[in-house]
Amino acid sequence: MSRVTMTYREACRQAIREAMLRDERVFLMGEDVGAYGGCFAVSKGLLDEFGPSRIRDTPLSESGFVGAGIGAAIEGMRPIVEIMTVNFSLLALDQIMNNAATLRHMSGGQLGVPLVIRMATGAGRQLAAQHSHSLEGWYAHIPGLTVLAPGVVEDARAMLWPALQDPDPVLIFENAALYNSEAEIDDPPPVVDIRSAAVRRHGSDVTLITYGGSLHKTIAAAEQLASEDIDAEVVDLRVLRPLDDATIMASVANTHRVVVVDEGWRTGSLAAEITTRIVEQAFWDLDGPVARVCSAEVPIPYAKHLEDAALPDVDKIVHAVRRTLGEGA
Amino acid sequence: MNEAIKHPPRTHSEPLTVGTAEHRRALLQQMMLVRRFEERCVELYQAAKIRGFLHLYIGEEAVAVGAMQSLEPRDVVLATYREHGHALARGVDPGAVMAEMFGKVNGCSRGRGGSMHLFDVSHGLLGGNAIVAGHLPMAVGVGLASRMQRTGSVAACFFGEGAVAEGEFHESMNLASLWKLPVVFLCENNSYAMGTAVERSEAQTDLSLKASTYGVPAYRIDGMDVEAVEQGVRGAVAIARESGPVFVELMTYRFRAHSMYDPELYRDKQEVAAWREHDPITLLADRLRAAGDLDDDALAQMELAVTETVDAAVAMAETGELEPVDDLTRFVHAEATR
Ligand SMILES: Cc1ncc(C[n+]2csc(CCOP(=O)(O)OP(=O)(O)O)c2C)c(N)n1
Repeated sequence: MSRVTMTYREACRQAIREAMLRDERVFLMGEDVGAYGGCFAVSKGLLDEFGPSRIRDTPLSESGFVGAGIGAAIEGMRPIVEIMTVNFSLLALDQIMNNAATLRHMSGGQLGVPLVIRMATGAGRQLAAQHSHSLEGWYAHIPGLTVLAPGVVEDARAMLWPALQDPDPVLIFENAALYNSEAEIDDPPPVVDIRSAAVRRHGSDVTLITYGGSLHKTIAAAEQLASEDIDAEVVDLRVLRPLDDATIMASVANTHRVVVVDEGWRTGSLAAEITTRIVEQAFWDLDGPVARVCSAEVPIPYAKHLEDAALPDVDKIVHAVRRTLGEGA
Repeated sequence: MNEAIKHPPRTHSEPLTVGTAEHRRALLQQMMLVRRFEERCVELYQAAKIRGFLHLYIGEEAVAVGAMQSLEPRDVVLATYREHGHALARGVDPGAVMAEMFGKVNGCSRGRGGSMHLFDVSHGLLGGNAIVAGHLPMAVGVGLASRMQRTGSVAACFFGEGAVAEGEFHESMNLASLWKLPVVFLCENNSYAMGTAVERSEAQTDLSLKASTYGVPAYRIDGMDVEAVEQGVRGAVAIARESGPVFVELMTYRFRAHSMYDPELYRDKQEVAAWREHDPITLLADRLRAAGDLDDDALAQMELAVTETVDAAVAMAETGELEPVDDLTRFVHAEATR
């Protein structure tokens, strides 16, 4: 086995290529995936390699082409539907929630929707309120879906194939801030499951639980804390639904203190769900209250200083950890 | 008819409207302002003063400038994220627009919206809307309020041809027609939705047929000719005010990339060059010269005036303040009067 260096973007592209080569039922469709090369250049070059039947440009019709992906999946294809960003997935929410997530159940198990929907997510690029949502926590609310959030290059490369093997719909959230990140990974990529979280850094003083675009900020915070002799463990959820309770609780049992970092808004967030589960399952392991670092309760503003103030960052994570360690027994 | 989409419209040697020379020069100057303003925006983007997405209207100026001429102060304008030209042509202070892009509190949306979300209620400008087709249903509602309150105002809703593929376009056309609402649907057909050419996204590329299906009268106008736009939209606005919705397709072209990050793999440089031959500013300037209503001196004076306006706008943006971070969560709900 060898090692290769690639960007997160390239990892997404290689994952799509590999799937298309391995399984002829796989095709990619979405807005500007072909001639334009993908709005984040993920699918650049794929039109030349696979042709317009399998790299399908769609009109601006999110509800239409996501619904079409559902229909094609039911009838034996393995579509990868790309929605440019989570912001526009709201136009397809009806299809995702009322069709993709429910058909198996409503049909008493007769139907399955083996569909993968990929979309970019996240704020931090001064794109203002309509282009900065982090709604993966919303989607994680919906039974019938599997929700993935690869936070590292290796997972961007490795998670698509198992997602396509899943007999039910899988949503993959790619935080747009990650596309340019680069790492050396195994080639061929490791086999991963799409059910478990990963511990990215081992530590004994506090557990930092996060995912996606906040992962790198959290790791940076952990490194900064290390210089203060605070030894933080970082759990990368990777899978937002179903949550890997076992990995979370094992870490909590080890560190007894928790900070959850989530780019979603605090109220009704994934961070709230994780906190509740810890309280339900590991209350007696805790030495103090669980803390959360989330986005401020405001539509994301354009002005940089306000956007920065609205989002989790290294400083806020470090402060939350210090506070947490100062509290309790 | 479809061919017209791919190729530039024929140059009109005959002026279509005979406004006063003064009015025609004003049209020219407004288009020049939009052009120079945006050219400055590009420089400021490169200097990292402006961030986020920046969608330029360069090449399409005749559409907003021509269309605004027949709108009254009571009318309401809804536009897309490519709306600098609409804001300026509607009379929004260029300084407030520039300050908005700088993220300053003296910006027209207090720096909260940026380039894609220019709002100025005092000028009846309801955005700056960045979800494609998302503002069309709102325009229907604006028309509904006008009818129910008998204000006589019209909603002028600008959108790209890409929006026609969205369900919201069809729902809006139907509602507006069903209820006979005073809405002018102004479709800025620049041939491309990002990299997707209209013939690659529409099974029926004659967009006017879609409007007709809903019983909405439809017109196609050369969007590179500001006088044709002014005249055509004037008629459409009159119909809307009187009887119900109208669909106007304005054939235009964006000379620049979709936004600041677009390698333009999807179109031919020659196609762009061919359209540049039909630059709306040159077209009108040449016509005015031919009519003896513009000479080098007058043009130079206009350039000077425009430059001064843009300079002043940049100065206002530069000297504007940043909103205090303590105010971060303001404007999420209505506030008691402060
Ligand atoms: C619902 C939705 N889907 C996708 C996008 C991303 N997007 C922004 S602009 C654009 C192209 C729109 O083209 P068109 O409507 O023709 O207007 P133009 O940009 O040419 O002025 C796309 C796909 C979006 N903003 N909203």
